[in-house]
Order: sequence, then C-alpha cells, then structure tokens
Amino acid sequence: MNSAESQLKYEAALSGLAGARSWSTFRDTLQLVIDEASLVSTMTRLRGAGLNMLMDVTAVDLLEYFDSIDRYRVVYQLLDTELGSRLEVRTHVNDPEPVLPTMTTLWASADWMEREVYDMFGIKFDGHPNPKRLLLPEEFASFPLRKDYPVKGRGERHNFPVVTRSES
Amino acid sequence: MPLEILEPTSDPSQREGLWTLNFGPQHPATHTTLRLVLTLDGETVVNAEPDIGFLHSGFEKLGEVLDFNQYVTIVDRMNYISPLANEIAWHHACEKLLGIELTPRCTYLRTILAELMRIHDHLLCVGACILDLGGISAFMYAFNERERIYELCEQASGQRFHTSFTRVGGLLFDVSDQWLANLKDFISTFPAVFKDVNRLVLKNRIFIERCQGVGILSREEAISGGATGPVARASGVTRDLRTDEPYLAYADLDFNVICSRAGDCFSRFQVRMLEIEESLKIIGQALQKLPGGPIFAEGSGKEMLPQKREVYTSIEGLIHHFEAIMPNRQMQPPKESLYAATESPNGELGFYIVSDGTFRAYRARTRPPSLVHFALFPQLIRGCMLSDVVAVLGSLNIIAAELDR
Repeated sequence: MNSAESQLKYEAALSGLAGARSWSTFRDTLQLVIDEASLVSTMTRLRGAGLNMLMDVTAVDLLEYFDSIDRYRVVYQLLDTELGSRLEVRTHVNDPEPVLPTMTTLWASADWMEREVYDMFGIKFDGHPNPKRLLLPEEFASFPLRKDYPVKGRGERHNFPVVTRSES
Repeated sequence: MPLEILEPTSDPSQREGLWTLNFGPQHPATHTTLRLVLTLDGETVVNAEPDIGFLHSGFEKLGEVLDFNQYVTIVDRMNYISPLANEIAWHHACEKLLGIELTPRCTYLRTILAELMRIHDHLLCVGACILDLGGISAFMYAFNERERIYELCEQASGQRFHTSFTRVGGLLFDVSDQWLANLKDFISTFPAVFKDVNRLVLKNRIFIERCQGVGILSREEAISGGATGPVARASGVTRDLRTDEPYLAYADLDFNVICSRAGDCFSRFQVRMLEIEESLKIIGQALQKLPGGPIFAEGSGKEMLPQKREVYTSIEGLIHHFEAIMPNRQMQPPKESLYAATESPNGELGFYIVSDGTFRAYRARTRPPSLVHFALFPQLIRGCMLSDVVAVLGSLNIIAAELDR
C-alpha cells in the first residue's frame, strides 16, 4: 500500500473527528499533524484502523528551529503489522507546563518511551502508570535534550553526592 | 497446637515472606551494566523492576553537534556487538533524507556487511547465553567464528571493532579481491563449524530444558509491546523489514524469513540460529551478483567524500575533500523530518532525523530495539524461577550501550 492509499484509508477512519489535521508526504512517508486536544480520540481511531504497533515516541525541542511557533513537537511512529503501512503522527506542546495524555492504555510500548521523553525533555504524560525518569537519576534537575541545555552539561557529574561505605 | 497453614493469597505481591534481590549492575550474566530489582517468593520471581541508565552517555545530544559523517563513530558504539549494522542504519536514514541513490556495488557490499553482522550478533547472543546456562563448548566454537568476522572487518576497514566504515553515499574504502577471497573462504568453511554449534545448542538437552516454555511472549503482547526482529518473529509476528520494506539489495536476493509460534526463550534462540543460515545464503548470492564500478554515488559532484588515496596524492582530491568537509559547502538536505529503519540483528533499528537544512541533524533520535525489548522483561519473567532470569535476559539480547545510549 503506498502513502496515497494509506492517506485515504486513515482520512476515512478519522472522518467526523473535531480538530484541525494536516497531511503531508515526504519520501513516501505519510505524516499527520494534529492538535494536542484531539490526540486521544485520533489515536484511538487510528489504533482501530489497524495501526496496532507503536514503534516510537519521541520529542523535538523546536527552540532554535527556523520557522517554529511551538516549543516541543512530540512524534509517534505507528505501524500496521498486517499491511505494513506506516504513519507518523505529530503534535505540539508548549511551556510552561508541557503535558500530553498517555498512550499506555492503547499500546504497552508507550510506557518506557514516554518515560524517556519526560526524562530528556520534561514533557509530562497525564495518566502514565509510572511517571519516573528512565535513564537519568531521579535527583537530576534539568532535561538534557532541550536546546537550552549545554552540550557540556552543567557540572552535574562533578557534583554528585559521594556516598561512603559507612553511610550506605 | 498444630501450625495454621495459610492459604496463599491470590495477589502474589501481597504474600508474606517476600525478599528483594539486586541483580546487577555488575553481574556476569547481564554482560553489560544494567540492574534488576527482583522481588522473590522463595525462588519464584514475583516482580522485576529494571533500573537502567548506567551507560547513558548522551549520544543523541552528540548527534546534534556532529555532522552526518562524523556521527557514525558514535552510532558504532550503540550496539557494539554489530557495529556495522548501526552504521548502515544511520546512513540509510541520512541517504533517504538527502535523496541519494547508492551505486550497485555499494548496495551489495553493504548487504554483505549487514549479514556478516547478523551472523556475528546471533553467534554472540546464543554463545554467551549458553555460557551463562552452563555450556562452555558452544561458546568457544561460536567465538572462534566471530574472530574470523572481526578479521574480515579489520581487512576491509582497518578496524576490528568500531569500524566507522560507511559514509554518506558510500563506503570509506572499496574492498580488495583478497578480501572477497577471504570472505568466500569464510562462507565455505563456516557451515561445518556452524553445524557443530547448532548441535551443541539446539540439541543440548540441558539447554532445551532450561529454555523451553520459559519467558513466553504471546503474539498480542509482542505487537502491543512493540517487539521487532527475532523476538517478535519467535512469537509469530511475521515481519521482517528486509522483505516488507526492502532496502539495500534484499529485493534481488532469495531468502526465507524465520518465524516460530511458541514465543518462549528456546524459540527465540531457534529463530536466531536459523537466521544465521539464511544470512549465509544471502552472502553467497550477493557475492555471486556483486557488481563492479564505483562505491560512491555517481553524478554527485563535489558533495561526496573522495577516496583517501586521492586526498593524499592529488591537489584535486584535497580540494574535493575540503569542499565535502566545510560546513558552508556541504550538501544541504531538505528542511524536513524523516524516520527510516533497517532490520538490525536485534530488531528494527530506526533513526528519526529532523533537518534544519544543514549537513548536521537538528535532532537525531535512535529507536533502539534493546530498549523496547527490555521493557517487556518484567512481564516475561513474572512467575518464573530465579535461574530463568539469565535465560530470558540472554534470549532478548539486551545490549546496555544501545539501551541507554
């Protein structure tokens, strides 16, 4: 199934839903941009339309991106394991309280990926069963993949508390 | 007074007498650095909580400061068991973004290298796991053969381990005739040794009994949990990017996709062992069809890196190299974002690149198969014995450097 056919299929699946949607295709990859508000209803419909695997959840900090209005883009890569068609769903969130609803109720794989997005970008997922940092220690104060975080870091490694054997 | 016998409650986590065991971060069976907090009822695992991040070194942040050719040295270090497969996946995404068509020779060479890496990765996964489960011989045979693949890597790229062999639109060097002869020698002698390894692993009664029926992943769980590669195929998900979304030369080659329905540890190893045979078939066919010609994409003018020999011996080559390296003269990709994936030995290895029109990613996201597979671990191990932890961990082939990046 090529991207034009899958666009028709998913457009039909989403017909009647509120919220603005814009479709685009780049190098035969179908991309859909939706509002943050219609995320749950859209994803539920898409899950019902056969996109049964959530391949990836990630975010992009658009702080220095050339024409961005929003601060963060959250990207979901969906896959239909029967037909092999893919769809990239994007939505945008902004400071000061970037929050999105969780996708763990639809796909189990969202669990760790959303934790990683929180860990790296500070985007919270409402309703997540285990909203903790994944890779960095719990006491880490900043979100390193944001563009305003320096590549060198802020000296966290040098200031880790030292735990001696007698105190542990 | 007779002792009162308590009925076990239905919720195992509420049972009395549970104890906690720290598995790792430094444990021989984790192979790399990861920690599991196991809640045990006697020897039965009631719950497992993975604690990861020990090897987090900010690879994705580095991907934003290094250009498409430089970042390959970092990508190498993600799944260091099959470094070339990562390089191929990274440059596959870059080339798709830039719209570069590879030359036939480069396509076939990359296919051969990718399949060598699959053999390499599967031999380690199976060999190291059977070592953890108490069988030393198969490990030794498997590692002997891995050494020969390392030698092939060294002869092709000058590096055994972190080869950094691919470049945008091509490869660092073309391979020599001697290398092709050595590869032919390898694929003609490997099947005999592989037969021995196969018998030591899949016909080994102790190994079978330790793995069969342990850590069962159903088809629905595999799909919902995002499993790919051998883990998904062992659970009956018949997906393989090499046939479903053919890239490189896979569309021209004849091979089978190995699947199983059982979904337990043993079938995951079975799938891996049988995939080695298919990889050998692919390499044999690719060697026969290997076309001549250049390894860098044609008609691309100054943008591609020149061959190192030209850079060092001619002024034109040096200018060409300068043009390809200087940020204001490099290729300019469209200002778009793109997700591209390849079938790495461990599963779907994807890269999501956001481009701002420079020869450097604005965001270089890795979709690591290890992370997704390790998230499945608690549900696989629940209800199993403590000694099964090693078998399940081994069958998922968790590489912590890729897990934490």
